[in-house]
Amino acid sequence: MEKEQNNILEEVTQGDYKYGFYTDIEMDTAPMGLSEDTVRFISAKKNEPEWLLEFRLKAYRHWLTLTEPNWAHLHHAPINYQDIIFYAAPKRKKELTSLDEVDPDLLDTFNKLGISLEEQKRLSGVAVDAVIDSVSVKTTFTETLSKYGIIFCSFSEAVQNHPDLVRQYLATVVPATDNFFAALNSAVFSDGSFCYIPKGVRCPIELSTYFRINAANTGQFERTLIVADEGAYVSYMEGCTAPMRDENQLHAAIVEIIAMKDAEVKYSTVQNWYPGDKNGLGGVYNFVTKRGMCKGSHSKISWTQVETGSAITWKYPSVVLMGDYSVGEFYSVAVTNNFQQADTGTKMMHLGKNTRSTIISKGISAGQSNNSYRGLVKIIKRAENSRNYSQCDSLLLGDKCGAHTFPYIKAENHSSIIEHEATTSKISDDQLFYCNQRGISTESAIGLIVNGYAKEVLQHLPMEFAVEAQKLLAISLEGSVG
Amino acid sequence: MLSIKNLSASINGKEILKGVNLEVKAGEVHAIMGPNGTGKSTLAYVIAGRQGYEVTSGEIIFNGRNLLELSTEERACEGIFLGFQYPVEIPGVSITNFLRTAMNEQRKYHGLDPIPAKEFLSKMEEKKKMLELQDKLTNRSVNEGFSGGEKKKNEIFQMAMLEPMLAILDETDSGLDIDALRIVATGVNKLRRPDNATVVITHYQRLLDYIVPDVVHVLFDGRIVKSGGKEMALELEEKGYEWIKSQL
Amino acid sequence: MEHIQIETDLKSSLESIFTEKSPTLFSKDTPYVAGVRKQAFDKFAQLGFPTARQERWRGTDLSKSLAPDYEFIMEAPGENVDIEKIFQCEVPHFETFLVAQLNGWYVYRNSPLTVLPSGVVIGSLAKAFEQYPDLIKQHYGKYTEQSAEGLIALNTAFAQDGIFIYVPDNVTVPDVIQMVNIVDFDRNLMLQARNLVIVGKNSHLRLVQCDDSINHKVTFINSVSEVFLDKDSSLDHYKLQNKDEHSTLINSLYFYQESGSSLSSNAISLNGGIIRNNTTVKLAGEHSSANIYGVYLMDRNQHIDNQVFIDHMVPNCQSSEMFKGILDDHASGVFNGHVMVRKDAQHTNAYQSNKNILLTDKATVDTKPFLEIYADDVKCSHGATVGQLDGDAMFYIRSRGISEANAQILLMYAFAAEVVNKISIPELRQRIDDMVKKRLRGELSYCDQCVLHCSTQEKKVSFEIDVTKI
Repeated sequence: MEKEQNNILEEVTQGDYKYGFYTDIEMDTAPMGLSEDTVRFISAKKNEPEWLLEFRLKAYRHWLTLTEPNWAHLHHAPINYQDIIFYAAPKRKKELTSLDEVDPDLLDTFNKLGISLEEQKRLSGVAVDAVIDSVSVKTTFTETLSKYGIIFCSFSEAVQNHPDLVRQYLATVVPATDNFFAALNSAVFSDGSFCYIPKGVRCPIELSTYFRINAANTGQFERTLIVADEGAYVSYMEGCTAPMRDENQLHAAIVEIIAMKDAEVKYSTVQNWYPGDKNGLGGVYNFVTKRGMCKGSHSKISWTQVETGSAITWKYPSVVLMGDYSVGEFYSVAVTNNFQQADTGTKMMHLGKNTRSTIISKGISAGQSNNSYRGLVKIIKRAENSRNYSQCDSLLLGDKCGAHTFPYIKAENHSSIIEHEATTSKISDDQLFYCNQRGISTESAIGLIVNGYAKEVLQHLPMEFAVEAQKLLAISLEGSVG
Repeated sequence: MLSIKNLSASINGKEILKGVNLEVKAGEVHAIMGPNGTGKSTLAYVIAGRQGYEVTSGEIIFNGRNLLELSTEERACEGIFLGFQYPVEIPGVSITNFLRTAMNEQRKYHGLDPIPAKEFLSKMEEKKKMLELQDKLTNRSVNEGFSGGEKKKNEIFQMAMLEPMLAILDETDSGLDIDALRIVATGVNKLRRPDNATVVITHYQRLLDYIVPDVVHVLFDGRIVKSGGKEMALELEEKGYEWIKSQL
Repeated sequence: MEHIQIETDLKSSLESIFTEKSPTLFSKDTPYVAGVRKQAFDKFAQLGFPTARQERWRGTDLSKSLAPDYEFIMEAPGENVDIEKIFQCEVPHFETFLVAQLNGWYVYRNSPLTVLPSGVVIGSLAKAFEQYPDLIKQHYGKYTEQSAEGLIALNTAFAQDGIFIYVPDNVTVPDVIQMVNIVDFDRNLMLQARNLVIVGKNSHLRLVQCDDSINHKVTFINSVSEVFLDKDSSLDHYKLQNKDEHSTLINSLYFYQESGSSLSSNAISLNGGIIRNNTTVKLAGEHSSANIYGVYLMDRNQHIDNQVFIDHMVPNCQSSEMFKGILDDHASGVFNGHVMVRKDAQHTNAYQSNKNILLTDKATVDTKPFLEIYADDVKCSHGATVGQLDGDAMFYIRSRGISEANAQILLMYAFAAEVVNKISIPELRQRIDDMVKKRLRGELSYCDQCVLHCSTQEKKVSFEIDVTKI
């Protein structure tokens, strides 16, 4: 009977990826490989101002001096940056003015992904910026938002239409020199989303970006910049998928958030890049730098992430708590299965007085995967009366996977309090028997228990996302494909 | 309804049940009594199909089906309910969610559609009222942070919701104060129907003041050594288990 | 980058000393020990001293400790050192079997190796190299990680003497063995102390390791101890550290545990310039257990660094770590706990906790409680906190008429007591309890005699209130 249960466990932990299709679209691509010419090519394609080209070139030259970081609990074959296409865009014949002009194949792609770009059909009222490979194909609800003075558009459009705002905030949170992948992104980023919420405005709808890698041998390097001016509020969601391919695809994104005085930004991610197959072949290498700056006092930045995809995840959404009384939050569920590897966590840098941060991390490892939490909490001398609470739990399914916790805690003043707790557990035989005895199959029981375990994080997701995330969690671990 | 013949079972190679015979008919309440360590809980687990127990001989027939061929959840779907002596905690899973999942899986087994949300909620209200349960209880995670009494009430509540054919209540009275005991017993009595049956496993006679059995069995050293009417429980209480031993 | 220059200087001077003094260094070595020494020297030449760029040394900067000119004592002192004259242990009712090292050399009393009637051997490691070559070959250099740590390689290359303890199978050693490491030298001194402890099957040993200074020149002590616990044996181990502020003490302990063995190790750090305790425990046999505790009370510019690595290599073992510290003035503390549960080490039970109190804004703490787990049926948890004394408890005590200063001392005492109470030798616990009280009252800066010498008059602070009940 024990053997049978192991079989079931094996079955339910070997779900299939349902976003693995590929759309055949005519593409406009850069030549393979990376050089100053590639950087110039991208900048020219986007008709960028001189200062932005300079920014890119400076980043590229700095990148050449760096080596890939190797401190994470991750193993992969070396990445050959000359084998990657750094720019790929669906060919467009002319400027789009309405949805009717979007390539029907593209629309179909997003419909298959469950992302509707047709505004009138959206019930939930979510504005979407859809990014495929290197460029944004469509941003919805732009007009509705502009009534509030909210700017929500693709990064490229922002460079053309709001150059001063972009120049003022670009790379102020994640400098081009921040790390290897940030430098790479700063050199070759192709598109992404830009969002500006003016003073005192509460964004009435959820904003969202949907990222899709489609083309082969293509890296995706998007860049998101969100600025919430004084007293503003916005809830932002990000989703991502990629086709199933045998080779690994590189994704190196940057997200920067700036929250001014009394502003609040809630950023939610459901990351479901292609994780590779059951034998560890293929999958996205996800090296992402996400950081928010609580610039003004009483500001708040909250990261919520559900990470189920990618062959490798290297990602530490962080908050720099600069303003006094500012608040940083990080809620994370990371699932790894088969041969996936995740090294993810957060950094909370307490610089202002009376700052608060909360970290809730739930790791779930299955198959032969490795799942690590890595986090830093630092409270400097000036940050009097600051608080941090961290809780990092790991759940192991099966005895071939690994779950690791690497918290770094640094305290430099005596009026602050830091608390860190971590536990490791498995689904007990008693719990499974109890569920079975009530008529619940082992497969459903695992889904039920895993969702219960992740509840503390899932409840921080916006409604639109929470249901999807719950299903995704079950699917990542179950055999049933939706 | 339930027919157990010459059932022997062991755990880790140690024989616990040594030829149990038991017949339970629809509409009956049976009590199984006996000192600690004689195999009462093992009998309950073997009927429910807990892994780790090896049936070495005998059979369990339930409504004409051989239970030993079915998985734990199939037995549950056939109508076997086990009220646990030590219910396990399942953090983050609300009782509502848990019960709806259980109920729908059981309905699926019988080829029925999932229960509509409204119907489910009103059924929950009705059963809560019947068992004098607090409203908030069902929003809490399954057994997490529950007191001993709350856990046992929750077991009876689940039984009321799932409406099993045969309920086996394993030491449901242990750890209960007199008020909780009364509520639990009232629940069991109210759920009694001509087409279902209950097996109450207990150590003390106390519970049987509230749930009056049709038949009382004494399980001793892996066998049912004596069966009789409800008056036997009183006799046992008075004379102690030594009396049984002396008769063997 | 001036300090790198100096490090390199010290390193190269060590290298030339090694070459020049080779005849002396290798004079007592068996071929096995000579081989270990030679290999370690090559490794040191390759690794050098640790720098803050290494992950394991990020919290502790040795550049200042490595800057001064040090001398090395390459010859054993005369055989007639009267240890009683320079050192007296004054713990009342604390009967111990005392073995002493002076400036890294074993101090002869009667003979270099004492053999007790039970077969227990206690004495000089240098002598044990000659007399017990088989035991040395079996254990010496087997449990360290000299290939990864420059300081371990350095110690192994230069170690000439230290304490050797061998307990045969089935012996319960009645006396507590007290190992005293005394530094008495009027110039700057660097020393490489080396100890080897072997506890046989089903044997039981209690060991107290004291680190003392007498003269107060700059010292750099690089001490390495290897401890082997055979099946079903037990060791009760204590480290008492009360050094002066000019000293750097690197204390590396390697425990290797066979099945059914149990270890309890308790580090009590009360004073010191820089103290670093590296504790490595390999749980290599099933049903073995390790309890690693530590308490540190640091002030002024003192620095304490506790590194604990517990390796659950096999199933069914238990480990628990509890480190508690109070940091005052400019003191800094580092804790780096790493629990590794290897594949198949099912039914592991591991607990890790580090709690710190900072008393000033100049004191800092840096804590890293790591878990690395490759088995699923395990119970592992860890916790770390940094904070201050509980305001409600302070208020409660003061409302009973106790002054703020005393209330603070009481709460700090209660905080430290959780670890002190784990000491299972009653006389020692009593004494350390007293010392903690003195330390908290500011009376014990460092002792001029033994760490357990407590001649100062006690001030009146009542510790009888049971603050744990608050």
